[in-house]
Amino acid sequence: MAADPIVVVSGLEKTYETGFKALKGIDLAIERGEIFALLGPNGAGKTTLIGIICGLVRPTSGTVTADGHDIVRDYRAARAAIGLVPQELATDTFETVWNTVSFSRGLFGLPADRAEVERVLRELSLWDKKDAKIKTLSGGMKRRVLIAKALAHEPRILFLDEPTAGVDVELRRDMWGIVRRLRERGVTIILTTHYIEEAEEMADRIGVIDKGELILVEEKHRLMRSLGRTRVSVGLREALIAVPPGIDDRLTLSSDGTTLSLVLDGETEDDDDSIAALVKALSARGIDFKTINTTRSSLEEIFIDLVGSRS
Amino acid sequence: MNLQAIRAIYLFEMSRTFRTLLQSIASPVISTALYFIVFGSAIGQHMATIDGVPYGAFIVPGLVMMTLLTQSIANASFGIYLPRFTGTIYELLSAPVSVVEVLAGYVGAAASKSVLLGAIILVTARFFVPFEIVHPVWMVAFLVLIAVTFSLFGFILGLWADGFEKLQIVPLMIVTPLAFLGGTFYSIDMLPGIWRTVSLFNPVVYLVNGFRWSFYGASDVSPGVSFGMTFVFMALCVGVVTWMFRTGYRLRT
Ligand SMILES: Nc1ncnc2c1ncn2[C@@H]1O[C@H](COP(=O)(O)OP(=O)(O)O)[C@@H](O)[C@H]1O
Ligand SMILES: [Mg+2]
Repeated sequence: MAADPIVVVSGLEKTYETGFKALKGIDLAIERGEIFALLGPNGAGKTTLIGIICGLVRPTSGTVTADGHDIVRDYRAARAAIGLVPQELATDTFETVWNTVSFSRGLFGLPADRAEVERVLRELSLWDKKDAKIKTLSGGMKRRVLIAKALAHEPRILFLDEPTAGVDVELRRDMWGIVRRLRERGVTIILTTHYIEEAEEMADRIGVIDKGELILVEEKHRLMRSLGRTRVSVGLREALIAVPPGIDDRLTLSSDGTTLSLVLDGETEDDDDSIAALVKALSARGIDFKTINTTRSSLEEIFIDLVGSRS
Repeated sequence: MNLQAIRAIYLFEMSRTFRTLLQSIASPVISTALYFIVFGSAIGQHMATIDGVPYGAFIVPGLVMMTLLTQSIANASFGIYLPRFTGTIYELLSAPVSVVEVLAGYVGAAASKSVLLGAIILVTARFFVPFEIVHPVWMVAFLVLIAVTFSLFGFILGLWADGFEKLQIVPLMIVTPLAFLGGTFYSIDMLPGIWRTVSLFNPVVYLVNGFRWSFYGASDVSPGVSFGMTFVFMALCVGVVTWMFRTGYRLRT
């Protein structure tokens, strides 16, 4: 793990006035330049966590630093480093795209800079809409406007709270493209989502949050390796009566006797060896087969396993 | 201090005003003109002078004050209520600004608009009745101080209100009666003893009288007291807003 994380969350707790404990002691470090996906079911506390880091929600206890600045004691420097795209599509409906983005830049303390605002608008394909009133834009375009506003002050950290909720597939792919380009420019991105596909597609690391607790933080590929499962199915030419002994204890036979299955848990490194060994053993015993399929479990299944086992 | 933020908020609010220019400026001007026609010209002709000031001229400061109060409250309360209502307040809350920048931007813009309106009304009034301003510097000082104070009050209202009804009911049920009963159209010396005493608890009395003094050099209460009372009220509002921001009242959960 790199030495100098850009966001550090320590012992963060939030109890709302209703008495509801939305965060129960979160510890998290976000690395510079990574895309971090915070994955969790509705009500898990994702928006609350982002809200605290960005200054919308007051922490009950615990600390957060952003780019080295404490978000409470040194809030000006911390907030200047952060851009936030909220979950709700809240826009100044009567303003033009240009004005609302320029406003954001000023609000975060930067002098007006037409060239920079233009660059941001072009980056988000909003340039030809710059004089349009926001109310005339589609939902997807409004989301882009919110991203443009969040980027107008050149933040080093960008929070995207469910950027693709209720967005069609095409726009979702666009959004992924935007996020990747930002990462290439060195912006650290923290996004929340409950589309696992999204985390799988984009994230470098994944944090899973459930009922206010961060239950796991892992590099994406490692997560899929360590918690994933490979299922090998062998379609036999002739049905067997029982699992052939002495090959692999994990082998099972389908009820019609035509399919042998092997489920391999955890790291994928040994999978190929196990499969090769299986094939050799079958050949050696003269068991003829016509197909071999291997399927790897998706992040979705991993996630359902993780969260499901807790409730 | 984040001066760029003050500038951004101020310009944003002013552009909102100018976008609704007709509604923002025309309607108070028209209603003031109507007051002058009814009270100043029509009824005023049958009225004696008050403290040596013709009735038409006497009501000018009161009318300007009434507009100043209602407009300052309406502008400032709407200015901060709107982003709360639409949700765009998230940006303000996540920005590197303190209560100082927020007030300077929002209250500054609302007060500017009120002062502008006050000036327009004075000019409009001049078409109906002749009047002079004895202490022009004090007049401007009162105008600005009161615009700022009541914009602050409006800002508090806009933070407190959790619906459009509340936003309208306070000006309607509290401010307008206080303004009418605050000696806008009469001298409180004209009231029978007990009502005169009751009137002294109405803060608007001090505003109107201080302002009227700057015009005609005469008033029911001393201008020093008027100025002092306005300051006290302003300090009170600043205190409340600061407390609201510190505790996150209705802003941060
Ligand atoms: N202002 C609030 N007052 C009380 N409870 C809240 C408030 N905001 C959120 N919650 C509760 O906190 C929990 C976490 O909410 P949230 O952070 O929005 O979750 P997520 O973004 O993961 O869906 C939910 O159960 C929600 O009902
Ligand atoms: Mg959420």
